[in-house]
Amino acid sequence: MAVNTAFRNHNPSARKRNIDTFKCSAWLGWQMESNWTDPFLFAVYSIVKPIAGSLILVVMYAIISAIGGNNDPQMFYYMFVSNCFFMYVGQVLFGVAQIVHDDREHFQTMKYIYISPSNYLSYMIGRSVSKLIVTTFAVVITMAFGIFMLGIPLSLFSINWPLFLVVMAIGIFCIMAFGLALAGVSFLTAKHQGGMNEGIAGVFYLFCGVVFPVSTLPAWGVAFAKVLPITYWLELIRRSLDLGAGLDQALVGTSTMVCLLILVVSTIVFTVIALIIFKAGDTVARQKGLIDMTTAY
Amino acid sequence: MKALNDVNLTINEGELFGLLGPNGAGKTTLIKILCTLLLPTSGEAKVLGYDVQKETNSIRQKINMVSGGETSGYGLLTVRENIWLFSQLYGIPTKEANRRIEMLMKELKLEHKMNSKVRTLSTGLRQKANMVRGFMTDPDLIFLDEPTLGLDVNASRLIRDFIKKWMSEKPTRTMLLTTHYMVEADELCDRVAIINDGRVLACDTPQNLKRLIHQDAVLKLEIKQVAEVSAFRNIPGVRNFTHDQNIATGTTMLKFILDDEAAVADIVAAVPKSGSRIVSVEKTEPTLEDVFVTLVGRGLTNHEV
Repeated sequence: MAVNTAFRNHNPSARKRNIDTFKCSAWLGWQMESNWTDPFLFAVYSIVKPIAGSLILVVMYAIISAIGGNNDPQMFYYMFVSNCFFMYVGQVLFGVAQIVHDDREHFQTMKYIYISPSNYLSYMIGRSVSKLIVTTFAVVITMAFGIFMLGIPLSLFSINWPLFLVVMAIGIFCIMAFGLALAGVSFLTAKHQGGMNEGIAGVFYLFCGVVFPVSTLPAWGVAFAKVLPITYWLELIRRSLDLGAGLDQALVGTSTMVCLLILVVSTIVFTVIALIIFKAGDTVARQKGLIDMTTAY
Repeated sequence: MKALNDVNLTINEGELFGLLGPNGAGKTTLIKILCTLLLPTSGEAKVLGYDVQKETNSIRQKINMVSGGETSGYGLLTVRENIWLFSQLYGIPTKEANRRIEMLMKELKLEHKMNSKVRTLSTGLRQKANMVRGFMTDPDLIFLDEPTLGLDVNASRLIRDFIKKWMSEKPTRTMLLTTHYMVEADELCDRVAIINDGRVLACDTPQNLKRLIHQDAVLKLEIKQVAEVSAFRNIPGVRNFTHDQNIATGTTMLKFILDDEAAVADIVAAVPKSGSRIVSVEKTEPTLEDVFVTLVGRGLTNHEV
């Protein structure tokens, strides 16, 4: 039977196309996060991995307290909560940047996505959603393990929910903006991108008050930490959960509202910078013919 | 280094236009510019009336591209899921996308693999799936970059037949095809541009291109395999000469474009001197390959002479 492939023309609005792009890329991201093994193994992996990570913290705290002779449980809560929420930085920020590398080099689909009429930013944001969901699951598992097994004093009633939800939304927005900036740089790099991600993770881990308070850094380190939105995001998370808050002398004099204001302003500034970097990376990659680069590095 | 230099081409609506050239000639660079993947360093390129630098979104709504010889796709997804995913980037409703996918898969005899994971497909089947992805959006203009590269004879023929049918169904459809295969260009293209070192050497219909060397006699000589063919190079009356070893049959195919048919006797006489013997002799009409060899100075599959 002869088949005519002259299909009825569809000309959806840019808005509908971007929504469709967001939905399908979020679905793709979820498939890639979850569909690489059978559901049972995926569930076990998703539970065991964050718990193993939190056990490392227990050992770290035990060593620090033994060496320093400081058994203040607030220090443990500080470390635990900061590390737990830092997972968003590790997973979401670098997950976003990794999308460019994966699609271009591994799946070789980036050029076909790029020449489609969809907005590439919509695609990237959609792909990031799955990272967000998986990371949120890991954070919940870790916090639950901390509460029930490690004695973290947190209950649903002790949380300042309005502050927590607002801070989470702004923080995740900020982390995704950082991811887009890295994705812009990833347009121009190949395997180097892995090293770049690790380096930036190290900077955030060191300066943003994840393992130890910012006040323990030298003066220039404190100054640097105070321009990074992640520093304020983690501090506000600790304050909203009332765990390890007030321990950091560098931030103790800054009220919650001021912290929140600094977080909002720095997030806006970093988002604008991230969009500029993303756009610049995109343009330079198109000038140099890197959109479909496969290096096999 | 310039990948393209002074390229000036106009492709008409409804035309199946071929780009012929050796590796590194600039074919893919040209396609990348027209597909909005690469910005030109100078000059102007318009696709469907839109500027490739300033009006990318208008272009992207109406084009698509398929590259051959690659293994693109998300291995975790099924073939249908992969192609559906791309349909969403064009805003095609799921029901309509599924209808198109099924129709095109039947056309390309891939329907039995609809629910197979992409990672399980052979190179040929992946290429067919890639074709479905490209054609599913029903573009006004499609770029096919060596679509039959690495495919077996049957799969190549199926794709060529599909291309012909697709073009014939709607007179406004336009296609830019790059290929290494002269026969493919001869069979499919309304017009062909021969490109080498970033320059367009000739652009016309295959018939007119062949007329460029119409007066030339072409002699094909199959001889028992020899290691040294330099003796054939400087025979008087030979304008161009290419050779191709066939390891499977143990023969060497010599091809001469003659200025003077009297050279045939000298060529035949040179065979035993080279330590070989003639297996077959054929005098042929010019092909696109002959045109290519005349213009470029070498064939696509053999050594420069």
